[in-house]
Amino acid sequence: MAEAPVIDRTKCDGCGLCVNVCVCNVLILVDQIVTVIEVERCDWCVNCEAVCPTGAIACSFEIVIQD
Amino acid sequence: MPVESRFLSENPYFSGLGLPELDSIKHLFSEERAERGEIILLEGEPTDRLFFVATGVVKLFRVSPEGKEQTLELVRPGGSINEVPVFDGGPNPASAQAMGPALLYIISKTDLESILRGHPGVALNVVKVLASRIRHLVSLVEDLSFRHVIGRVAKILLEHAGDGARPGQRLTQQEMAAIAGTAREVVGRSLKTLEERGIIKLEHHRIVVTDKEALKQMADAQY
Repeated sequence: MAEAPVIDRTKCDGCGLCVNVCVCNVLILVDQIVTVIEVERCDWCVNCEAVCPTGAIACSFEIVIQD
Repeated sequence: MPVESRFLSENPYFSGLGLPELDSIKHLFSEERAERGEIILLEGEPTDRLFFVATGVVKLFRVSPEGKEQTLELVRPGGSINEVPVFDGGPNPASAQAMGPALLYIISKTDLESILRGHPGVALNVVKVLASRIRHLVSLVEDLSFRHVIGRVAKILLEHAGDGARPGQRLTQQEMAAIAGTAREVVGRSLKTLEERGIIKLEHHRIVVTDKEALKQMADAQY
């Protein structure tokens, strides 16, 4: 299953900047809280995390060493 | 559509001006829209207009002769762009690109100077904005010039990597920046540099270390 950016709903203030910069159009505001739709289309550009003024979005990377 | 007085009242440039004063200057602003990815300003070109971001986010960046991009700042609504050439008359020190659809309010150097002459309080506000900008850039210069951030990013990757026996930990770029004691923008560039050197691969939500020995050397080289 595709992974999605993690949203901290308590921190999201509904400013919508993440929706504005999302190049894949996978974010929308629902009741003034950002929500990820169509997770499989997210290409993990991390723009949403970068612009979020409240730190409500986390796009984490798993770090692995190739065999 | 003219700029709203409310937008100006909430902007650090015009803090302290009353509604009648704001109403008297708002006609000096024009409006422009930029689409996602549109270059608003190009480094090295002359400009005599100051931009205020009303909606959207604008990325300020420079590109090295080798083509490497360094983000200097993400300007959010309420922020301003291009003070330096407006006040010193030189070329744009950085390029500006809309990260998404953006609405910008623009004022010419001449009109801004007339506001400064008529409202000395605005001049003090400008000094504060510029001081804040200098503080941010000095911090970035320190990170880029004096600290070997790439070595610390390499160390963080090694310390948090899974090796088959244990799963890799997950970190955001913000978390890596906090651990390395640097700005998020610098971590982003360090990761890109490591990828260009063939030491790591950025794969969707994974950072794959493809040359562990080279990464160790990068980590050990820090001082």
